[in-house]
Amino acid sequence: MSPLLRVKGISKRYGEHIGCADVSFELHAGEVLAVVGESGSGKSTLLQLLSTRIASDTGSIEYQVTGRGLVDLAHLSEAEQRWLLRTDWGYVEQNPRDGLRMNVSAGANVGERLMAVGARHYGEIRNTATDWLQRVELDAARIDELPTGFSGGMQQRLQIARNLVTRPRLVFMDEPTAGLDVSVQARLLDLLRELVTDLGLAAVIVTHDLAVARLLAHRLLVMRQGRVVETGLTDQVLDDPQHPYTQLLVASVLQV
Amino acid sequence: MSSQRTQTGYNFAYLDEQTKRMIRRALLKAVAIPGYQVPFGSREMPLPYGWGTGGIQVTASILGRDDVLKVIDQGSDDTTNAVNIRRFFERTAGVATTERTEDATIIQTRHRIPEKPLSEDQIMVYQVPLPEPMGRLEPQEVVTRKLHALADYGLMHVKLYEDIARYGHIASTYDYPVLVNGRYLMAPSPIPKFDNPKLHMSPALQLFGAGREKRVYAIPPYTRVESLDFEDHPFSVQRWDDPCALCGATDSFLDEVVLDDAGGRMFVCSDSDYCKTRQAAGHTGSQSPVPATQEEAA
Ligand SMILES: Nc1ncnc2c1ncn2[C@@H]1O[C@H](COP(=O)(O)OP(=O)(O)OP(=O)(O)O)[C@@H](O)[C@H]1O
Ligand SMILES: [Mg+2]
Repeated sequence: MSPLLRVKGISKRYGEHIGCADVSFELHAGEVLAVVGESGSGKSTLLQLLSTRIASDTGSIEYQVTGRGLVDLAHLSEAEQRWLLRTDWGYVEQNPRDGLRMNVSAGANVGERLMAVGARHYGEIRNTATDWLQRVELDAARIDELPTGFSGGMQQRLQIARNLVTRPRLVFMDEPTAGLDVSVQARLLDLLRELVTDLGLAAVIVTHDLAVARLLAHRLLVMRQGRVVETGLTDQVLDDPQHPYTQLLVASVLQV
Repeated sequence: MSSQRTQTGYNFAYLDEQTKRMIRRALLKAVAIPGYQVPFGSREMPLPYGWGTGGIQVTASILGRDDVLKVIDQGSDDTTNAVNIRRFFERTAGVATTERTEDATIIQTRHRIPEKPLSEDQIMVYQVPLPEPMGRLEPQEVVTRKLHALADYGLMHVKLYEDIARYGHIASTYDYPVLVNGRYLMAPSPIPKFDNPKLHMSPALQLFGAGREKRVYAIPPYTRVESLDFEDHPFSVQRWDDPCALCGATDSFLDEVVLDDAGGRMFVCSDSDYCKTRQAAGHTGSQSPVPATQEEAA
């Protein structure tokens, strides 16, 4: 079976600095990949490359476009890339304020993607938004409220609903639980796991929290100084790390 | 060259020929891409922005000696702004002016489209304060330009969604966004949404000028112009319970006029030429001075 995403040798330099270097991997439909590593190791850079927010200096990123097979993303027009980003993909920002429109209601936030792809029936858009608010455990009665009045955890759930409403096949998440209280984190992780399983989502999740990776990811990609130093099944890597850096990462978590 | 001069010493219609050519080129491009905002090198005009400098530059660029100009402000030919602009072109171009819609070849307007149907021989020139329909939602011009390039207008529908969620209906009553020729989202300038249907398949060429923002755009004759809406909240225009108090019209846009400080008021046509024409033809309304009516007897 051909993969959903095939990444070959992508790199990004920021002048002297290496953002990330020579990263390759494949991701299959329904598979969750966690990208872990210390601060500055290139996790966010990788995510931005994958989602075509920034262009890669080298290599290629191919994606299984419905009806077209594996397509090099660099060969898609800007309009096609945009279409992917708002229909087949999702992008969950670490800070929900960056991923939401804070000046329009929760319902409008969830409905935006539907309207962007042509939904023109107010009642249906609203019903779908109501469903999604409930799915992410937000009170549907707050559909007309601005997200500014929501807690951080509620905003993050709203951002997730806003992304999933078009039923994407692939979701990118950059530290989706990082800014939240521990108890809120745990509930959000459970919710994410349920949604990913129910919807058969493929996901690339950036985190520096190995517990998050353990809970959500099938596979792990360990990065250091922009390079992938180890990759494998999550349990395998965490229980029996091969690379000294991974061993250090795992050990430092265990010590806490 | 001297034939381009008028007795005021200005070039014909104030602008120099090179500037007019530059604006005409922008207008040709605008006509070729209906609804697309074309940048142009706006000139300083002897009027402050907000007084229709965009519209004036467009009119100056297309005006010929045989043209007959009508200027409308708030639907009326005799408000200060309309009088000033008309006088400006009388002085600088020496062209004939009129208040009668059907006699005009060029109609420069702020706020209204005449009630009398337009013809193929006429050009509408709209004064535009804010050419970007998504400007209030997305202040960055690089972003809105990209949204136009990709025909990515979900954002505009987010605004309409928000209106319905908040007020139960789409709240915009003027400058109501339209899609031109099935492609470009366009601000129709601050005309009431009542006038939006007149934009659609109009026999007249329609030109829009924004002076401060340095943009022109156009709707060529017989072009599709749709007002955005939702299937279950379709676009609709304003309606009034009563006919015009002066001419009895039931098909025109009405303004509320306060009669006295005891709260007396009436609704009359905002299009003064339309109202006068109807009155001259013998139509009357509840407040018509002649003939003396039953109310006075009562
Ligand atoms: N826009 C940029 N300009 C210059 N250098 C950058 C830029 N973005 C990232 N970098 C550099 O690239 C490297 C990788 O940064 P990146 O943000 O991808 O790391 P990260 O793994 O996401 O870190 P964190 O866990 O702190 O979010 C770092 O050295 C960083 O300083
Ligand atoms: Mg990061």
